[in-house]
This record gives sequence, C-alpha cells and structure tokens, in this order.
Amino acid sequence: MSLNEFLHMGGYAFYVWTSYGIALIILLANILLPARQRRKLLTDIARSARRARRNP
Amino acid sequence: MMQFFHKMASPRYFYGLAGRLIPWLGAACLLFMLAGLYYGLIEAPPDYQQGDSYRIMFIHVPAAWMSMFVYVVMAGAGLIGLVWHIKLAEMIAISSATIGASFTFLALVTGSLWGKPMWGTWWVWDARLTSELILLFLYLGVIALYNAIDDKRTAARSTAILALVGVVNIPIIHFSVEWWNTLHQGSTVTKLGAPSIDISMLIPLLLMAVAFKLYYALVVLMRARCEVLERERNTQWVRELAEQK
Repeated sequence: MSLNEFLHMGGYAFYVWTSYGIALIILLANILLPARQRRKLLTDIARSARRARRNP
Repeated sequence: MMQFFHKMASPRYFYGLAGRLIPWLGAACLLFMLAGLYYGLIEAPPDYQQGDSYRIMFIHVPAAWMSMFVYVVMAGAGLIGLVWHIKLAEMIAISSATIGASFTFLALVTGSLWGKPMWGTWWVWDARLTSELILLFLYLGVIALYNAIDDKRTAARSTAILALVGVVNIPIIHFSVEWWNTLHQGSTVTKLGAPSIDISMLIPLLLMAVAFKLYYALVVLMRARCEVLERERNTQWVRELAEQK
C-alpha cells in the first residue's frame, strides 16, 4: 500500500481523517486543560499563602 | 479493612497516589492507542460493503461505549458520595462529567461523519441517535448545575441526584437498536454468542477500547487532583505543597 493510497482511504479521506482529527483534538484538550489548571491552582494557592503570612 | 478504605479516600493520600499513577497510565494508554491505530488503519483490510469508511468505527464505537460507561461511573460515584459522604467520590463524579461529555460528543460527530457517506445523511431522529444526544444534554446539565452552586458539597449532592435520575437513559441507548426500528445497525460485538465482526477488525477495535478506558482513568485522575487542590486549598498540606513548587 502506497502512502497516497493510505491517505486517499478509498475515496473516504474527508470522513475518515476528519473523524480522527477531531478525536485527536478532543483527546489532547482533555489532557492539556487539567494540566494547565493544576499549575495555575498551585501558583494561585502559593501566592495567597504568602500573602496570608505577611498580613496575618 | 475500613481503615484501609479511609486512608485511600483521604484527599491527601489520593493526591499523591494519583500523581504516581498518571505517568504509567499515560504510557499504557499511548501504547494501546498506537497499536490500535496501526492495526486499524494499516493492517485491517477494507470492508467488503463500506470500503475504508468503516475505519471510523475504531473511534466511534469505543467513544460510544465510554460515553455510557463513564456515565454509570459518574452516577455510581455520585451515589457513594450521597450515601456515605465520601468527598473523594464526589470529586470523581464531577471529574467524570467533562470527559463523558467529550466522549459523547465524539461519538455523535464521528457517527455523523460515518452516516453521511453510508446512510446519505448527517443526522436522523432515530432512537439510537436521539437517546445519545439526550446523554450529551444530561452531561452538560450535570456540569452546568455543579457550576451554578457555590457551595461544593451542596453542588455535589444536587448533581449526584440529577446524574442518578439520568441513568434511566443508559438502557434506552443500549437497547434502542432492538426495541425500535432504527437506521443504526445492531451490535456485532456485545451480543450473545460469537461476535459477527471479523477478527482482523475486532483486534484493533478492542485495542482502541482498552486505550480509551486507560485514557479515561488518566484524565479522571488529573481532573480529580485539581478538585482536591481546589477544595482543600485552605489546609496546611496543600499550602505547603503549593509553596514547594
């Protein structure tokens, strides 16, 4: 099977690759968003903890 | 035994344990997914009726299975949180909602992209498609309700009840292709007797199904860790943890 044939998907390239593309985007977003949220929460909590210590 | 469960369910212990599990789950998920993609897109032959379009199945079917599985886990965790007031169960329940909604959306979109070339339409209001759409609305309702209530304990209890009521939809989705005449085909794997799907297509399907399960475990732990930080942000250990970073 050549690369061209593989990408062509027997004429269904649009449907097959759009499906896999959307799946990739959704799966990646669900990993990246909580990872970013955790980093943000940790900096946030650290900042308010420092503030609380300065002005008790 | 009860002591063991108590220790497991303490947010602090869970946070550390989940942190250690996440890299392993990620690696295992990636491995199964790559194997599934290889066998599904390269090794498996084209279908004798549907040509190459059937390869959408390797995403569509695991996503649809997970959309129901995650819902049952969410409702079950919600019930445990309601009855025994276990905070961790509440966190698992709400963490599942976004992932479940993602899987449901993915199942609907890939189904549409598969329906257009095979059925000639993007969408029909038949029983299977409509009940899956209702599942998406249930997930969105759970997420919206949780975010609408400021007190997290109250929010968790309310969403658990909503999720439990919605469980009635799960058997409807599963049996919709048998109870009603629908355009959607019947099951070829989870029926009594031997699966009627060819082994060369069954192997990548099962590999992808395992990959999606591992993916759910991975993401639910990541999200639940955020919930722990958010809810325990005023405790000593969370403050110390945040300041170490």
